[in-house]
Amino acid sequence: MSLPRVNAVIIGAGAGGGIVAKELSQAGLSVVLLERGKWYTAYDCRKDDLRNQRTSVLGCAFGPDDDHYRRVVVNPDGQEQVVLPSDGAYNNNAACVGGGTFSYGAMAWRFLEKDFRLRSTYGAVAGSTLDDWPLTYQDLEPYYTKAEWEIGVSGDDTNNIFKGPRSRPLPMPPLPPSREHVILKAAAERLKLHPFDIPMLRNTVPYNGRGGCMRCRWCVGFACEVDAKCGTHNTVIPRALATGNCTLRTECVARKIVTNDQGRVSGVEYFDERGHLQEQPADFVVVSASATETPRLLLNSKNRLFPTGLGNRNDWVGRNLMGHAYSGAYGLMDTDTYDDLGPGASIAVCDYSHGNPGLVGGAMLCNEFIRLPIHLASVSPPGVPRWGAAHKEFMRNFYNRCMAVQGPVQEMPVFEARVQVDPRVVDDWGIPVVRLSGSRHPQDIEVGKYISGKAAAWLKEAGATVTWPKLPGKGLSGGQHQAGTCRMGNDPKTSVVDRYCQVHDVANLFVVDASVHVTNGGFNPVLTLMAIAYMASQHMVETWKGTEMRG
Amino acid sequence: MQMTAVASATGPMVACIGSISPWRCLREEDARTLEAICDRIIPADQDPGAAWAGAVTFIDRQLLGPYRRFRKTYQWGLAGTNTTSLATFGKAFLALTLEQRDKVLQTMDKGQARGECWKQVSAKSFFDLVVSHTMQGFYGDPRHGGNRDRASWKMLRLPYPPVRGRVVVNG
Repeated sequence: MSLPRVNAVIIGAGAGGGIVAKELSQAGLSVVLLERGKWYTAYDCRKDDLRNQRTSVLGCAFGPDDDHYRRVVVNPDGQEQVVLPSDGAYNNNAACVGGGTFSYGAMAWRFLEKDFRLRSTYGAVAGSTLDDWPLTYQDLEPYYTKAEWEIGVSGDDTNNIFKGPRSRPLPMPPLPPSREHVILKAAAERLKLHPFDIPMLRNTVPYNGRGGCMRCRWCVGFACEVDAKCGTHNTVIPRALATGNCTLRTECVARKIVTNDQGRVSGVEYFDERGHLQEQPADFVVVSASATETPRLLLNSKNRLFPTGLGNRNDWVGRNLMGHAYSGAYGLMDTDTYDDLGPGASIAVCDYSHGNPGLVGGAMLCNEFIRLPIHLASVSPPGVPRWGAAHKEFMRNFYNRCMAVQGPVQEMPVFEARVQVDPRVVDDWGIPVVRLSGSRHPQDIEVGKYISGKAAAWLKEAGATVTWPKLPGKGLSGGQHQAGTCRMGNDPKTSVVDRYCQVHDVANLFVVDASVHVTNGGFNPVLTLMAIAYMASQHMVETWKGTEMRG
Repeated sequence: MQMTAVASATGPMVACIGSISPWRCLREEDARTLEAICDRIIPADQDPGAAWAGAVTFIDRQLLGPYRRFRKTYQWGLAGTNTTSLATFGKAFLALTLEQRDKVLQTMDKGQARGECWKQVSAKSFFDLVVSHTMQGFYGDPRHGGNRDRASWKMLRLPYPPVRGRVVVNG
């Protein structure tokens, strides 16, 4: 038996889905927002350094949980392995209202102008499907601004001479500098770099009815105890619900998107919180389930008219999975630099984002979020054994005197880095699971080495007596920055959606999450995804004719 | 009869029940051997070591929860450690001197401990697992059974309890 029809069903209440829900419901459309996880609040903040979204050895605090979910990972040598969400190889992103934005580090980057036209800037790259975006920085600029003001961003990037022009300053000032910030800023200036305060989706002063950051030690991976971190769970989703036009259903797991005989989408089948199968009819469907779960759902929705899955006529769904090849360096100082002032990451440079000799792209470099003891325990400089008396001595001497600078290296999209559905393994609802295979482009490793050298130079200038590199591995990349698997483009043969996130061959189906990213920038991708969600929502509202999408 | 029922309900994980042990999951001998290994990974010096800080309490507790998938690995690995100790020094691990214990663990760490006893789990992967679990039990949150009295956090001079409600603090 099916439920009363609505205008739109949105699958996934994360960064993308939350924004679309608010924009559509404020425009008067009836919306059902499905979320497979729970709605946690600041009261669920448990500063548990072994069970959170950054260190999940004892489980992912905000989902998905090890008891119900699994994936299959194919190693480069062809070996298959079933992995749990708490394993790194699962490439997890949180499953809860707010999605990743509930517990993220909250860096709020606008991509640079060149990040949208890498192919024109650098030319083709062998072994990569590198391409330009079908839109420019200027197209997205108004939506970046809207995200910054509606969700809430603090920081000060006036000294970032590499940034694209902005129409409005950030709504909130940065936090006062930590000791590490002061040291790194002076060093960057001596190196003639252009350091600035990282834009963050975090209240530093009261904003949007919530207070400012209290600077605790537990930020990235944790819920914010004082609700100062700005995600979709405490901004746009409550506003969507306040319109009366949006219904949020939590612990609901989508099984497939249903189509009619005309090849249009007609609704979504999902298991409700009691495990009962439901069908929600809708005029159109928006998939915002993440760059791994979105392609899984499209592929699992195959039927007679779409034998290879929705939007997949040309075999591009699930291709080009990307994350970031994090690279940088650690440095040991001869005085205490740790002052226990969170969130830690605060100062960045974009001097190495582009224009690196002989290389394509690069990365923003910044200091790291606070390293809890458990994090430092797994990194030790060359010559220090990883266990025994000498390791303990290292921990004791250097916990307060260790700094790290790192950055997300922009990855080259690889066609064979992919999400499929596994032919055998299913989850607890009987739905075929994600099957991950492929590896990084070799160029990412080369850029990583270069960026690591620049990070070490910054740390040495800041007084580090010993530095050692942090380099990316060759394995498949995804994780919390997962992107690229339903690329947007003008040519339906080499992309899945158009510039407004509308699936090329199904006019009433949209993908609004980082799956649509053509490239993923040398930055944390969330603000770009938010801007795209605002842009796509506006298009949906404008082309909505009361019963169907135009075109 | 009741014991049989419980044993069959929990499958092959007989170490979790059926023998008298102060531990939740580990056999008493295994727990003592494990404690000795943990204490070489983080030895006591002017600050407490992993054994005192309860690394084994941490591991034992997790073997009933998120780490239940490692129960067999611990059984095999601890048996393997003793077999390697016997083969190298003619004594069980607990009877070795501290230097001899380090030798055995280094052999395992380098992947040089081989033989029938390491067929099901390699010495290297078992030792890697114990190192990471010991670090978690020593440096992790005390709520999980390790890091007794926040011993490691005191050693690292981390302020505790976390200051709640502060708004701006000068650096």
